[in-house]
Amino acid sequence: MSKLENNQARTIDRVNATLNQRYGRERRFRRFGFFAVLLGLTFVGLMFLSIIGKGYSAFQQTRLLLDIEYTESVIDPSGERDPAVLSSANYAGLIKSTLRARYPEVKARKEKRELYGIVSNGASLVLRERVMANPDLIGSSEQLWLPADDDIDMLIKGHIDRSVPESERRIKDNVLAWIETLEADHKIEKFFNLTFLTGGDSREPELAGIGGAVMGSLYTLIVTLLLSFPIGVASAVYLEEFAPRNRWTDLVEVNINNLAAVPSIVFGLLGLAVFINFFGLPRSAPLVGGMVLTLMTLPTIIIASRAALKAVPPSIREAALGVGASKMQTVFHHVLPLAMPGMLTGTIIGMAQALGETAPLLMIGMVAFIVDIPGSAMDPSTVLPVQIFLWADSPERAFMEKTSAAIMVLLGFLIVMNVLAVILRKRFERRW
Amino acid sequence: MIKNRIVLAAALTAAAVSTANAASRDYISVVGSSTVYPFATVVAENFGKTSAFKTPKIESTGSGGGLKLFCSGVGVEHPDITNASRRIKSSEVEKCASNGVTDIIEVKIGYDGIVMANAKSAEQIQLTRRDVFLALAKQVPNPKGGDGLVENPYKTWKQVNAALPDMEIEVLGPPPTSGTRDAFVELAMEGGCKTFDFIKAMKKKDKQAYKGICHTIREDGAFIEAGENDNLIVQKLESNPKALGIFGFSFLDQNSDKVQGSLVDGMAPTFEAIADGSYPVSRPLYFYVKKAHVGKIPGIQEFLAEFTSDKAWGEEGYLVDKGMIPMPNEERNQFAADVKGLNILKLSK
Repeated sequence: MSKLENNQARTIDRVNATLNQRYGRERRFRRFGFFAVLLGLTFVGLMFLSIIGKGYSAFQQTRLLLDIEYTESVIDPSGERDPAVLSSANYAGLIKSTLRARYPEVKARKEKRELYGIVSNGASLVLRERVMANPDLIGSSEQLWLPADDDIDMLIKGHIDRSVPESERRIKDNVLAWIETLEADHKIEKFFNLTFLTGGDSREPELAGIGGAVMGSLYTLIVTLLLSFPIGVASAVYLEEFAPRNRWTDLVEVNINNLAAVPSIVFGLLGLAVFINFFGLPRSAPLVGGMVLTLMTLPTIIIASRAALKAVPPSIREAALGVGASKMQTVFHHVLPLAMPGMLTGTIIGMAQALGETAPLLMIGMVAFIVDIPGSAMDPSTVLPVQIFLWADSPERAFMEKTSAAIMVLLGFLIVMNVLAVILRKRFERRW
Repeated sequence: MIKNRIVLAAALTAAAVSTANAASRDYISVVGSSTVYPFATVVAENFGKTSAFKTPKIESTGSGGGLKLFCSGVGVEHPDITNASRRIKSSEVEKCASNGVTDIIEVKIGYDGIVMANAKSAEQIQLTRRDVFLALAKQVPNPKGGDGLVENPYKTWKQVNAALPDMEIEVLGPPPTSGTRDAFVELAMEGGCKTFDFIKAMKKKDKQAYKGICHTIREDGAFIEAGENDNLIVQKLESNPKALGIFGFSFLDQNSDKVQGSLVDGMAPTFEAIADGSYPVSRPLYFYVKKAHVGKIPGIQEFLAEFTSDKAWGEEGYLVDKGMIPMPNEERNQFAADVKGLNILKLSK
């Protein structure tokens, strides 16, 4: 008895002796964990701040209020209102004469060029559209807000410093003086930039939009989803539920796991060799892009789907088989519905990866300048990350904010997809 | 699986539809140099807006990659035009010919200057091509004299040339895959390299060794490969006033408030100096057209007309606004006439 007491006393002493040390370890570990999370969050926060800080201004566009006179002798001298004539009329000339009327002191050829340069090249297209839609405008005049050139846009947004010497500024003193008179008259304002969201790519920053890239991404993702989800789920179901366990299925399993780790550019090369060179599919098409990204996302989907199938308790299969369901009925009526939330989550994660991918698309020609917005999966197009890459590489200063804004749109796209994944999981998830 | 079969069928139909589609491409397909890309895209956009044709599709694949695609054959699945920031090589012409691409129209569009620049906050630097070679080559002539070569021993610009500031050599430049790098090495480095008589003498005896000396950039950290993105180099220069960067003239033009071009052989990299050829580090830009596609793909001739019109590549054209340096008048007229007549390229060897 006394021996046992002694023993216990000794144990409790040992426990007490190291207690503080062990608590201390736990505290330190907790602190490390906390700081790791804090560090991660800080970096994410910094990234968001810098991107939003640089990019938010791209959602606004500077416009000038100009009195446009739709002179009949310029637009349609014959007066027949022939659409071909209306379409090719000299609308830039209308804007030029407006500017000349406003600044009659500008005479020299070089100065005139500078004056015409404050309005975007795209402004004449605005006029053309208006006249084409409503030929009755010809002969009348109206006040219109027309987009300004990208340099003027940068000036108004404060990205060009007015105080530095003229030689170091992209906007010369005489242009600055014109802009300041416009500012004094409240004829230069910032508007919401709809072109940025709906327009196609352009080499003029004030006309460039991500509409084309968003549509390209959408078509590519639809193709990817249509191909990778059924194939991925079917392979997972076969491997998990029907395939015999032998050396071959082991080999397949190892290969699928390895494929998930293959650099994506390899899939691009494969796509180039097989889809474009062998099957003769067109370059730059979302169809091919989607097929290449399918190859890339398949392993992710298969692995996630198999994990989801494994997580369905065997009791469900046994119960179904017990009441006389066939193997096929068991799988499709009971196991698959229960595994579906997990599969969908895996699919959406795979799709989110595919959305952010550029490397494989480089090989199949989707890194390209494409102005027209694609209307189908066969039209040439780019995708969002490629558009970001192309803009980041453009010399014009105004593309910097466009780049950040495009990143914001891409992040928005990703957040929506991830939220969808969470909702799907929460809605259909079942716990045992 | 039924699902599998449906998907397969869908993919095959899609493939069939697409081959039918590809057989009648109604837009021009352009590939090639990333240096010409910003200019070609402007022309394409203007062409698309002002003509009845679709906007051409322009891929940025690099000069070499573009010529490879271009030379892979005749037919709608191959590109019609390739841009290049160097002239086509005779080996590439042969490759083209072996794939049936025999008639090629060469169009020189203008010049691009390659600048060495540093941050505005630092002092402007006056270099010679010899300085550039000594500062950046892997092997340089022995500073102690004699005709021997040693591994580049220079750590600061002052060691290279006593007139230069006492600043560590730190140069940000493009990677070897870039056409800008090729041109820089050929024009700036080789230009400096040739000023040493014994190396120049090697050119006749052993061209390979000569190129090896003049074209190899040091790899000990003084030259930093900063990727293909010139904007990134500009940003890095701004934050590090001690570094020099190598990039295309249009980026200097756009960022004149942040960086300043270094003088090379006494010439500042200005628009005028590059246009009249007095700035030594500038290169011509080209594009090549497959004659067999003219008339097959709608709009090629009109696109060429737009590119070679005065409002595009002229002295006051929109390409100049984007930073391209135009050719002199006679040269422009010559090329415009060649394009109009669809005269094909004959390489004089």
